[in-house]
Amino acid sequence: MTIAVSKQGKSDGGIGNLLPRGFTNWFAGRGWSPRAHQMALLEHTRRGLSTLLIAPTGAGKTLAGFLPSLIAFSEQAPDAGKRGLHTLYISPLKALAVDIARNLEAPVAEMALDLRLETRTGDTPQHKRRRQKYDPPDILLTTPEQLALLLASADAGRLFATVKTVILDELHALVTSKRGDLLSLGLTRLRRLAGDPIMIGLSATVAEPDELRAWLKGQPAAENVRPDPAALSELIVVDGGASPAITILQSDERVPWSGHTARYAYPEILAAVAAHRLSLIFVNTRSQAELLFQELWRLNSDGLPIAIHHGSLDVGQRRRVESAMSAGKICAVVCTSTLDLGLDWGDVDLVVHVGVPKGASRLAQRIGCANHRLDEPSEGLLVPANRFEVLECRAALDANYLGAQDTPPIRPGGLDVLAQHVLGMACAEPLDLSELYDEIRSASPYGDLDWETFERVVDFVATGGYALRSYERFAKIRRGKDGRWRVSNQRIAQQYRLNVGTIIEVPLLNVRLTRMSKSGVALRGGRALGKIEEYFIETLAPADTFLFAGHVLAFSGIRDNEVIATRTPDETPKMPLYAGGKFPLTTYLAEGVRGLIADPKSWSRLPEAVAEWLRLQRNRSTLPRLDQLLVETFPRGDRFYLVAYPFEGRLVHQTLGMLLTRRLERAGLKPTGFVATDYSLATSALEDIGSAFAEGKPTVDELFDEDMLGDDLEAWLAESYLLKRTFRNTALISGIIQKRHPGEQKTGRQVSVSTDLIYDVLRRFEPDHILLQATWTDAATGLLDIARLGDMLSRIGGRIIHKRLDRISPLAIPVMLEIGREAIDGEGREEILREAADDLVREASR
Amino acid sequence: MSLALRGDLPLPVVPFPTPAMPASNFSAPAITASAEVRIAGVAFTALANGALWQNSDRLLIVADLHLEKGSSFARRGQLLPPYDTAATLAALSELVFRLDPAAVVALGDSFHDNAGAERLGSYDRAALSALQRGREWLWVAGNHDDDLPAAIGGEHVSSIAMGPLTLRHEPSESDGDGEIAGHLHPAARVAGRAGSVRRRCFIGDGSRLILPAFGAYAGGLNVLDLAFRSFFPRRFTAFVLGNEAVYPVSRSRLCGG
Repeated sequence: MTIAVSKQGKSDGGIGNLLPRGFTNWFAGRGWSPRAHQMALLEHTRRGLSTLLIAPTGAGKTLAGFLPSLIAFSEQAPDAGKRGLHTLYISPLKALAVDIARNLEAPVAEMALDLRLETRTGDTPQHKRRRQKYDPPDILLTTPEQLALLLASADAGRLFATVKTVILDELHALVTSKRGDLLSLGLTRLRRLAGDPIMIGLSATVAEPDELRAWLKGQPAAENVRPDPAALSELIVVDGGASPAITILQSDERVPWSGHTARYAYPEILAAVAAHRLSLIFVNTRSQAELLFQELWRLNSDGLPIAIHHGSLDVGQRRRVESAMSAGKICAVVCTSTLDLGLDWGDVDLVVHVGVPKGASRLAQRIGCANHRLDEPSEGLLVPANRFEVLECRAALDANYLGAQDTPPIRPGGLDVLAQHVLGMACAEPLDLSELYDEIRSASPYGDLDWETFERVVDFVATGGYALRSYERFAKIRRGKDGRWRVSNQRIAQQYRLNVGTIIEVPLLNVRLTRMSKSGVALRGGRALGKIEEYFIETLAPADTFLFAGHVLAFSGIRDNEVIATRTPDETPKMPLYAGGKFPLTTYLAEGVRGLIADPKSWSRLPEAVAEWLRLQRNRSTLPRLDQLLVETFPRGDRFYLVAYPFEGRLVHQTLGMLLTRRLERAGLKPTGFVATDYSLATSALEDIGSAFAEGKPTVDELFDEDMLGDDLEAWLAESYLLKRTFRNTALISGIIQKRHPGEQKTGRQVSVSTDLIYDVLRRFEPDHILLQATWTDAATGLLDIARLGDMLSRIGGRIIHKRLDRISPLAIPVMLEIGREAIDGEGREEILREAADDLVREASR
Repeated sequence: MSLALRGDLPLPVVPFPTPAMPASNFSAPAITASAEVRIAGVAFTALANGALWQNSDRLLIVADLHLEKGSSFARRGQLLPPYDTAATLAALSELVFRLDPAAVVALGDSFHDNAGAERLGSYDRAALSALQRGREWLWVAGNHDDDLPAAIGGEHVSSIAMGPLTLRHEPSESDGDGEIAGHLHPAARVAGRAGSVRRRCFIGDGSRLILPAFGAYAGGLNVLDLAFRSFFPRRFTAFVLGNEAVYPVSRSRLCGG
């Protein structure tokens, strides 16, 4: 982050006098003048008003947020004595908190401000954290989890009583997650302890600013209903700076039909890197990063210093890359979202994005990484990996120029997070339920929480909330004679502290590089390379080779919960890296893509091969209008296919594919499976689906009828691994399962009881348990995107065009190419076992 | 759209036995959902729900029931659904009433801890007594339950010798010939063209067999884990539990995780 504001910043003489002389001089000494939004924010806070500041990256947002507090300290009497915590800054990334603290040190020192500024994160040493509680700094920079921990301690009342200002950075990134829910609950308690301090929210541009404005303010208690209109904070909006210069790579190569690697473009990416000072090359997944990094180096005959940076790499390695970037020692970094969120590591002059950035806001943010000076355009290059991605990149570009924003709406707060908060509040002080209930409902995500649900959550925290009330003697919180609830013992509080937070990491395993003994056994010891997703290892058999940390490694086995790997002379890893289905990327650019396809006039802006493809499709089949859904049926080989093009993202298509398969089954069309991509889905069957539609058995409208979201969905979902994965998160956040116990460290892999087993038992014996309800709600809006599928089905009702073809259409080629390349869902998992057993029989009879 | 989870499965009831109930009343899953395994020359049937059956002696063997694991965790502040014992006993009841064994061997770690027997709910206790009635019941001591109270019924033994066979909880480093054991909770991940499937499994090499865990909350350890290597240094077959059958799978088709 840069706290510099531009030289061109306009100073407003009228409000300029809000600034004390020392500050005016400090700005002037740097050749700067304060910006209008910085002064406007100062004015609001002078009047004690909480304010949301929306500004693009590079607008000096963070300085604006701190300015009121810095000025307050400059005006304080020199020997005011022990003052207590004055300003609390909360950021979603601990690295960001550390970075901001470093950047604030300069103005504080240069203006000789009398204040102490400290960070508190998971990395802060124990003794310092203890000291911060009884001798707090004036300004504390921390994370939502640390705030929850501090609020759950008995010292919370004394510690927070003096807080005047709370600064919430990157608010747009926080509010749509469960961390946002946790923070919103923490703030309700903070408001009470600090007597309604000023809240300053700093955010990138969002679609619905009012949702954030309500989120910032404590909502007044209302009987049973959420107040309407909601109480809103003040709002300051800074318009975007210079439009970024973003282009789509115009490759001399043909853009492939399908796939995600964009391998065709690697030489051109390397050429772009060579022509710039420092390039960030974003990809969507770790495995893509590994592949691209390896291939770039293979082509890199000039030996350009190119590095790799992703979340699975060892921390030491990441820090080395970061410092090399700031020192200007490297010219490109291949990276994933670990470099997101406005961190400023050096003088980036090109941002390359391989694959589609999956969402216009994300694109804007990543391009914003290049060049933090607001008034100079930053340069971006999009590299689509296949033809549909060309359309999506085009749509993303249009969205960026139009300033469209696609941040998801704020959802009602999660009950699992609420359970965690209730336990935390019981750790802090004896609880009065109705007081806590009112406090919680002042958070906008929990404004609609009804008393009955709240009581069930409390019951869940106490004894698990089971119909079979067998855990009364193990209750975690108990109601005392005074009617207040307290934690049963200090071990419960200790467990809470160890497990606080809502970030559920994908289970990761350490990768250890060892040597082979002469007899072919992996030796003990060796270097730790970093962590890899457990699900990736699940696909490996011993001796399989894979890419990790820039090396090709051979998988040897798992020992003591570590992946044991050895070096291999192979240059090409055997295991494909991009397991598409594992990454639930959804696209909000669907409408843009549909619009492009529907509007032939816009095709001139597409590469010729892609425009030609669309023209072919128009001649051979048809192209749907913006509001239509195209469904094609055709025979191929010994199967009949149905291909639909909803452009709603893989998740929606997977759910839809599963439901369609069930319906085709019932219609007697003998479906054999389906494949879903981000753009379309293909279902195969043994019977002629096209002729069934022609005879109305069923009609295509009946097949896509919205009522499929009823029983079919429930029956399928109950068995779905997606629901089990959601349950795991809910179980961990709500505290029914703990990852860590006092005195021992457990990794995700060692979660003592498999949550899948718990899910099966709970679903069978108590299907309406509150934890299953919370899981269902999460799945409906999150992983499965059922809400979005519902919107889509109702949108296309009566607008489906069916084309019965005698052969595959041009538009169908990409999804048809995926068949055989990845798992066809819906075909019996039992089949996998049967095949493997047949193999054994063959082997035995050889 | 309704967000309520409707219970499409009825609350399962652990059946109170009527000893005369004929085996033909139970249709699913048929005894065909099984595979033949030989241990030291003796023929056994590996059943798809993880139990081992020996027809000539009408002997049923189950390993690692881990009864009352839920309440064991609850004591330490993890309030897992308290239905695991009922679920495990229901699965066992189904087998017992279908096969009507002369003897049942619980191959150790039958309770998650020695105090588990005391925490047993009255309903589950009755279900267990019903299972034990009219047949021999042997509790082999495990590392979790080496000192079960006598009140739980049945005989309490450390191991069982049966002709060429030895039944014990932990597989032994030195004497694996003819051994039937539990303890390791074997599970296999089978790779196929359409992804992979992880299931509990038996693991054997003709001389030694290790049973999968039977308990509802008992997890699995991948047979490729190095913990299995000293017991099966060379070839082995994983008998993988499917829905419709038990599938013998060779090591080359298995993967980690």
